[in-house]
Amino acid sequence: MHAVWIATPAARNDNGRVMQDFANLLDQLVYTPQRNGKIRLIADYLRSADDPDRGYAMAALCSAIKLRNVSYSAIRDMIHARTDEVLFRMSYDYVGDFAETASLLWPASPRNSPPPPLTEVVDTLAAMTKAEAAAQVAIWLDVLDVNGRYALIKLLTGGLRVGVSARLAKVAFASAFDVSIEEVEEIWHAMEPPYTPLFDWATGKADRPDLNELPVFRPFMLANPLDDKEIDFSDYVAEWKWDGIRVQVVRVNGETRLFSRTGDDIGGSFPDILAAFDRDGIADGELLVRSETGEPAPFNHLQQRLNRKTVSVAMRKKYPAFIRLYDILFDGDEDVRSLDLLERKDRLRRFVMELPSERFDVSEFLEVSDQSALEALREEARATGMEGLMLKQKSSRYEAGRKQGLWYKWKRDPLLIDTVLMYAQRGHGKRSSFYSDFTFGCWDGGVLKPVGKAYFGFTDQELKELDKWVRKHSVGRFGPVREVEKALCLEVAFDSVHESPRHKSGVAMRFPRVHRIRWDKPAQEADQLQTLKALIG
Amino acid sequence: MTIASTSQFWLQPRHDGLYCAPGDFWIDPHGGKDRALITHGHADHARPGHDKVLATSQTLAIMRARYGKASGQAQQAIDYGDALKIGDVAVSFFPAGHVLGSAQILLEHKGQRIVVSGDYKRRRDPTCLAFEPVACDVFITEATFGLPVFTHPDTAGEVAKILAAQEANPERTLLVGAYALGKCQRVIRHMREAGYTKTIYLHGAMVGLCDLYRELGVDLGPLKQVNLKEMGKLPGDIVICPPGQLNDRWARRFADPITAFASGWMRVRQRAKQRGVELPLIISDHADWNELTQTIEDVAPGEVWVTHGREDALVYWCESNGIQAQALSLVGRGEDADDG
Repeated sequence: MHAVWIATPAARNDNGRVMQDFANLLDQLVYTPQRNGKIRLIADYLRSADDPDRGYAMAALCSAIKLRNVSYSAIRDMIHARTDEVLFRMSYDYVGDFAETASLLWPASPRNSPPPPLTEVVDTLAAMTKAEAAAQVAIWLDVLDVNGRYALIKLLTGGLRVGVSARLAKVAFASAFDVSIEEVEEIWHAMEPPYTPLFDWATGKADRPDLNELPVFRPFMLANPLDDKEIDFSDYVAEWKWDGIRVQVVRVNGETRLFSRTGDDIGGSFPDILAAFDRDGIADGELLVRSETGEPAPFNHLQQRLNRKTVSVAMRKKYPAFIRLYDILFDGDEDVRSLDLLERKDRLRRFVMELPSERFDVSEFLEVSDQSALEALREEARATGMEGLMLKQKSSRYEAGRKQGLWYKWKRDPLLIDTVLMYAQRGHGKRSSFYSDFTFGCWDGGVLKPVGKAYFGFTDQELKELDKWVRKHSVGRFGPVREVEKALCLEVAFDSVHESPRHKSGVAMRFPRVHRIRWDKPAQEADQLQTLKALIG
Repeated sequence: MTIASTSQFWLQPRHDGLYCAPGDFWIDPHGGKDRALITHGHADHARPGHDKVLATSQTLAIMRARYGKASGQAQQAIDYGDALKIGDVAVSFFPAGHVLGSAQILLEHKGQRIVVSGDYKRRRDPTCLAFEPVACDVFITEATFGLPVFTHPDTAGEVAKILAAQEANPERTLLVGAYALGKCQRVIRHMREAGYTKTIYLHGAMVGLCDLYRELGVDLGPLKQVNLKEMGKLPGDIVICPPGQLNDRWARRFADPITAFASGWMRVRQRAKQRGVELPLIISDHADWNELTQTIEDVAPGEVWVTHGREDALVYWCESNGIQAQALSLVGRGEDADDG
């Protein structure tokens, strides 16, 4: 699977790599649905673009550029001054995207100067007043082509919307310069655009930047699935896998940050946590919300606090957050990642004693001496709604990534329910010719109510069969969606189910996937909505 | 001259086409009619089942290829520039530059001149004659791309994208979606002019019309119908197919296909993305916004009637520029969104 790579025409002005190259990259990313294709496009760009342009390009892809002195309304005023307002409105109604409409309608002017490098755009605007910046943007829009104008307006108004996450951009960076993604992640978080020391290190021009004085994200140590592996229990300890989200809390020289698994700074949603972490150090744990009984509340409660720009006092009171800590990476300014697991846990216990206990506690080890003890813990996990269980080698150091043999995870069996296929939609990329996104429902008083959507869990062969079935049994079409005869039973696996007033059925499932296609089972015998509701927890 | 109400006029927009009362004939009508004048061979203009059909010889040939016996009981060919009298109306055809055989129809009656332009474009098309502006009192225009966001770039640049993608991806099949009549042959012709000499492969639906174009003197170079049993998965080759096949099962048989789509609609990103197009090619057989407005300026009619597409914006533009204009609504036009 590759991107449609088209060599850029030879014509290139003396200004070196320009904004236009970045615009072309964005354009190609829009039309390349495959992950690997996107990685290749970005990597090719990063290898060939100049410093510091490529650094700003990375920042733009990761939504890390903030150009606050040019607003959406300033651009809207400029385009209205140059085009007929009625024609603009009719066009905008049709196109549906402001940046695209404006880029197409901006009157082309003869080019008497080359388009600016990305760096010049960022640096120049940063040093200007709002009025100066608007005038400067107008000059650039004059010299750019349609794609260039689109890229510039997207850059200024935020949100490139080319289907690239920050993680994907970093994976592409690692692939471009053949360096490890864990190291890129670690250094990345210490840098500001245009990340010159990162590029210098990756291209061999300089040593690895020193991060010890900075409140940066350190890549997580991760576990491999236990499956049926045989392990020597005397070397391992067990630990609950709590049902929240894995986080890293960092404080260096008094500056505190809270990072998610992917290294995103989520501190804004958790001021209560940030304020309470008042010792320098870096710790790894599970972010949870406390229920009225003081125990961790179901995941759904935590979800109320995620992705919020501001959190009201009422919110903080109703869903009090805390972190159950698994591990410690830095104790004060001392890097303890090379100590073994048991020693680190001791350090962690001492570290936590100084922190407010309503916000931080320690996830304690569980003894597991043999297979039957492990089985008993699994039973307990199922009974208490724990997400699963970890097995950690006592002598393991804290190593980034998923090193074999050190940490294992076991997740409790998913919940299962029999549903009926209701609608199918075509997928993207490689799956664009297949109906691969399935909406399924449960019975509610003789009527099917949609309860969820799944687009994985089946093999390629099963997908072919599902696709064929959908085409043969369509009863209606709505754009890319087909409604099908209510005749195929799908056994759906999911991690948990929660009440949701936003859904017609009143419930929302977590991680639903197709577990089995029940070709044999009559649709009438699929489960009732009531049965699903009984699993809420 | 101002025509206040078209319903009392000698040329009337009716729901199934334009009807000319003093000549008792229709232009591009739907439903079988006694006498039909056809501007060009696309299915929303050339319908089967009429008794007498008047069109250019190429359009008649296209209709025969598509409809066989249903292409008209009696067919009469007319050359560009020749005049015929039908009832009390003088009729003559002029090139429209849309597809092979496409014509504008000039109607003259009692000193008034009306041009029914059908579909048209102004840029070069190596498979048909270029549009000729014809002076008239009423100019009837399409408005498929009647919004200023639609500006088609130079064709050469778009064709270069096809050839660059083909060259850069020897392990993948380049699948180009193109409308079977006109667009397909034009894109092939442009690729030949740009120096592409390899065999171009065709979906079965394109073969008949390509053969017809060749018979009518358009050199398309080596072409072959896709037959995968004999040919393998065609990595590194260009295959042309109807747009509807691009993301359907038929496309799965090729080597990790790149989907390209040649259409004026590709100007709008979301539209291209929705269709799962990886390589959008902005190549259209319809006039873009600038061509539409330029044409109205060139023809300088007393009044403009807009038949199909995004009429509002073009009517607004005419009125803003002091030209009287109105929108007509004719059924069945421009419904085939792939004909872009």
